Amino acid sequence: MQPLLMRFLLLLGLSLCLLTARAEPLRATPVPPPAPLAAALASLLGDDPDARSQAVLDLALSPDVRARTVLQALREDGLFVFNTQALLLTGEQWVSAQSGQVVPVPADAAAPPEQVTVNNRLRGDVVKALALGDLRSPDVAVRRAAATELSSEPPIPFAARMALAAQAESDAETAQILRRAAAQALLASPDAGVRLQALATLAGSGEPSIAALIRPLTTSAEPDAAVREAARHALTDIQQRLFWGDLLDRLFTGLSLGSILLLAALGLAITYGVMGVINMAHGEFLMIGAYGAYAMQGLFQQHAPGLQAWYLAAALPVGFLAAALTGVVLERLVVRHLYGRPLETLLATWGLSLILIQAARALFGPQNVSVANPFWMSGSLILTPSLVLPWNRLLIIAFAVAVLALTWGLMQRTRLGLYVRAVTQNRPMAACVGVATQRIDTLAFALGAGIAGLGGVALSQISNVGPEMGQGYIVDSFMVVVLGGVGQLAGAVLAALGLGVATKLLEGWTGAVIAKILVLVFVIVFIQKRPQGLFAQRGRHADA
Amino acid sequence: MQTRRSVLFQLSTLAASLALGLVTTVAHAEDTIKVGILHSLSGTMAISETALKETALMTIDDINKHGGVMGKKLEPVVVDPASDWPLFATKARELISQKKVAVVFGCWTSVSRKSVLPVFKELNSLLFYPVQYEGEELEKNVFYTGAAPNQQAIPAVEYLMSKEGGSAKRWVLLGTDYVYPRTTNKILRAFLKSKGVADEDIMEEYTPFGHSDYQTIIAKIKKFSAEGKKTAVVSTINGDSNVPFYKELGNAGLKATDVPVVAFSVGEEELRGVDTKPLVGQLAAWNYFESVKNPTNAAFIKMYKTWAKDHKLPNFETAVTNDPMEATYIGIHMWKQAVEKAKSTDTDKVIAAMAGQSFLAPSGFKIEMDAKNHHLHKPVMIGEVKADGQFNVVWKTKGPIKAQPWSPYIAGNDKKKDEPDTK
Repeated sequence: MQPLLMRFLLLLGLSLCLLTARAEPLRATPVPPPAPLAAALASLLGDDPDARSQAVLDLALSPDVRARTVLQALREDGLFVFNTQALLLTGEQWVSAQSGQVVPVPADAAAPPEQVTVNNRLRGDVVKALALGDLRSPDVAVRRAAATELSSEPPIPFAARMALAAQAESDAETAQILRRAAAQALLASPDAGVRLQALATLAGSGEPSIAALIRPLTTSAEPDAAVREAARHALTDIQQRLFWGDLLDRLFTGLSLGSILLLAALGLAITYGVMGVINMAHGEFLMIGAYGAYAMQGLFQQHAPGLQAWYLAAALPVGFLAAALTGVVLERLVVRHLYGRPLETLLATWGLSLILIQAARALFGPQNVSVANPFWMSGSLILTPSLVLPWNRLLIIAFAVAVLALTWGLMQRTRLGLYVRAVTQNRPMAACVGVATQRIDTLAFALGAGIAGLGGVALSQISNVGPEMGQGYIVDSFMVVVLGGVGQLAGAVLAALGLGVATKLLEGWTGAVIAKILVLVFVIVFIQKRPQGLFAQRGRHADA
Repeated sequence: MQTRRSVLFQLSTLAASLALGLVTTVAHAEDTIKVGILHSLSGTMAISETALKETALMTIDDINKHGGVMGKKLEPVVVDPASDWPLFATKARELISQKKVAVVFGCWTSVSRKSVLPVFKELNSLLFYPVQYEGEELEKNVFYTGAAPNQQAIPAVEYLMSKEGGSAKRWVLLGTDYVYPRTTNKILRAFLKSKGVADEDIMEEYTPFGHSDYQTIIAKIKKFSAEGKKTAVVSTINGDSNVPFYKELGNAGLKATDVPVVAFSVGEEELRGVDTKPLVGQLAAWNYFESVKNPTNAAFIKMYKTWAKDHKLPNFETAVTNDPMEATYIGIHMWKQAVEKAKSTDTDKVIAAMAGQSFLAPSGFKIEMDAKNHHLHKPVMIGEVKADGQFNVVWKTKGPIKAQPWSPYIAGNDKKKDEPDTK
C-alpha cells in the first residue's frame, strides 16, 4: 500500500476510534491484522531496511506471545540466523524463534549461527515496540517509562493502542503522557475538531519537538482559522516554557562549571592566597586525588564487589590523605626553603609538577585510566523535557558546597584556622605571641593540597583521569584566586561562580573557543583596573 | 686552566670516537636496515600514538622472525617527539641524518605531518603516515595508509542520510579547533549542500584542544535536534576530549536512536577509557574494526595481544586493535615488499616500486597501493558501538575504493593532478 494512503487510513481509523471509544471504550479497535510471526521473521532476516522496520512494528501488534520474546532478543542482540532459520539462544540451547522448539546445532558447523545485525533505526523501533507491550504492565513505573519512550515520534500504527491505553490508565500522569503522544498523530487529522482537541492536549507540554510539530498549523497551510488561532496560543505557551527551561539550564551549567572551578581552586586559595606560595604543582594534587579514586575503584572491584557502587565514599578520605601527605613532603623538602622568594618557588614547584606527572606515568601508565560513575552518579534528574540535570553534576555542586562549608568552618572556627589567619596577616607578630609558624605553614599547605585531592576525586567523575589532567586546571585555578582577591575564600567562591556562569552564557552565544578568549581578556582587563581582585584584604600586613 | 696537551688529547679522543662511530655504523649498515619510528610517547597524543609504536615494533619483530628484508634484519630506531609539533621536525631530521634510517613510520595529527614534510622533502627520505586525514595534500615523499575524506567522512554521511541509517536531515558538525576538523567540515558542508541540505540545517561548532565541559554543546545539540527534522552529529573531536563528550552525552539521555553521533577519530583504543553502555548505537567510520571476522584479522589480533602480554604493556589484558594500527601494519609490510621488488632501500627506487603493491590486510580485503596517488584503495566500514566497547559493522562497501586526496567538494581541486609533483 502507498505509505501516505496507509497513513491517512490509519489516522481516519484512529480518530474514529477515539471518538467512538469515548462512548463505548470496549469496542474493538480496527487494527489491521498483523503479519504472522513467520512472515515477520523472514523480513527481519532480509536486507530491506523498510521491511525489517515494518516487521518489528508487526511483531509489536501481534497477539502471538513469542513475538515479544523475539523483540526482547533483538534488543539484547540475541537473535541469530542459521541455515535461513531464526534462532534464539536460551541458556546453552538453540531454540527456534518461530516454534520454540530446540534446534540441534552441531558444534563444528561450517557456518555457525550468525548474529542478526540490529542498527540504530531498527533498535529505535524495537525499543518502542517493547514499550507498547509494557503499557500493559501491572507496575506503574514500567508503564510510565514506556509512555515516556513512546512520547517522541510514536509510530503511527501504535496510536490507536496508545489512545486506548490512556483511557484504561489509572495513573493520571502516565495517562497524560500517553494522550499527548497519541495527540501528536492526530494533528494531521482531516477533521478540524479533532485537530483542535489534539492541540488542547498538547498545549500543556514542555517538549521542544512538539513546538516543531505545531508550528506548521500556525501558517496559512492550515485551512481552519480556529485551529490556527489555537495553534498560535499553544505555540506561545510551549515556547515560553521552553525559554525558561533554557535559561535555567544555562544557569545550571554555569553553576556546575563554577563548582568545579571552586573545587579546583579552593586549595590554591589557601596555599597561594593565604601563604603566598605560587604552587605550580597544585594541579598535580588534583591528579593525585583522582588517582586515589581510581585506586579505590580497583580495590573495591577486587575485594568487595558487592560494595562497588560506594567506592567513592572510601575515595574521599584516601584522596584527601594522599594529596595532603604529598603536600607535607613537598613543603618540608622544597617549599619551606623558598618562602618569600616567589620566582624560585614558581620554578621549583613547576619542576615538582613535572616529577609528579612522570611518577604517575611510571605508576599507572601514560594512558588515561577509566573511572566509572557509580549508578547513583549516572543518568539525570528530568525536571522538564528541556531541563535535564545530570546527577553527577548535581552531586558535585552539593559536594563543593560541603567542602566549602568545612573549609570555612576550619578557617573561622578552629584554633588551627585562627593560627593560619594570624600567620597570614602578620608572621613576625604571630611568632612573637607563640604561634609555631613553621608548623602552621606545613599544616596549611597540607590542608590546601588535601582539598585539591578532594577536588580531584570529584573531577574523576566528569573528566579524564590521566597523568596530565592537573595541567588543564592550573590556569583556571590561578584565574579564580587572582580574580577573587588574594587571601579571601569568599572572593574565590564569587570568582568561581562568576567565571563559570559567564563562560557558559558566552559559550551559548559565541562558541567555546571565543568564549574562552573573552573570559581571559575580561580577567586581564579586570586585574589591570583592580589589581587586588574582587575583595581586597584589609588590615595591617607585615609586608605592606 | 686547560693545558694545550689536554686540549689535544680531547681532540684526538673526539676524532677517535668519531671514527669508531663511523666504523660501527658502516658495520651495522651491512647486516641491518634501520627503520625510524616517530610517534609521541608522552604528551596529549600519547594516548593514541603509543599503540602505533607498539604495532610498528611488533610488525618489525615479526618480519625479522620470518627472515627480515632481503636477508637483512630490520633495526627499529624509536624516538619520542612528545606531542610537540616542532620537535617532530627535529626528531625526523635526527632519524634521517644521524641515525641513517631508510624509512620512517610515524605521525598522527595533521599538524605534526605538516611539520615534518619539509624535512622529508629536503633530505629526500620516506614517510609512511598511518592515520585518516583531511586530504588536500599529495607529496612524493609520503605514503598515506590511512583514509582520505572520500574513504571515511563522505560515506559515513551518506549512510546516515540513507533510509537504513535513519534518514538524517539536519546536521551538527562538531570538532576540535584545528586543521583536520576544519577542512573535513568544509568538505562535508559542500557535500551536504550538493545534496540539497540548507544552511540553516547545518550547525558547526568547535572546541579547543583538551576541552572537557560539553554541557553547553550537548544542550545546543538537543535544542537543534528538537526543531523538527531528524538530526545527526558528525564528530571530529580529537584526543581525550572524547571521554567527557561521550560521558555527558550518556548522562544527558541523548540516545543513538534519537540523535546518532558518527565519529571519525574514535575507535576501540579511545573507548577503553569510557563506560560504553550508554553509548550503544553511536557510530564510527573506519576502514577496519577489530570485530571484523576473517583469518587474517584473527591472526593480527592474536599477534598484538601476545605482543602486549609479552612486553607487559599497561593494561595489556584489555589490549585492542584499531584502524591506524592496521594501517601501520599494512604500511610496513608494503614497504618491505617494495624494497624487495626494488632490491634497494634507495628512496626513489622504493617509491617507484610502491606503485601497485598489494597486501592481504586484516580488514579482509586485498589492499592495493594506487599506481599514482600514494594512497591505498580501502574498504569503508561503519560500525555501531556495542556494550563491550567493540563495534558492530552495520554497513560496508563491497570492496576497496580509490582515495581522492583532492576532494571534488573543494573549489579549484578539479584542476589538481592526482599524483605528486616529481622534481
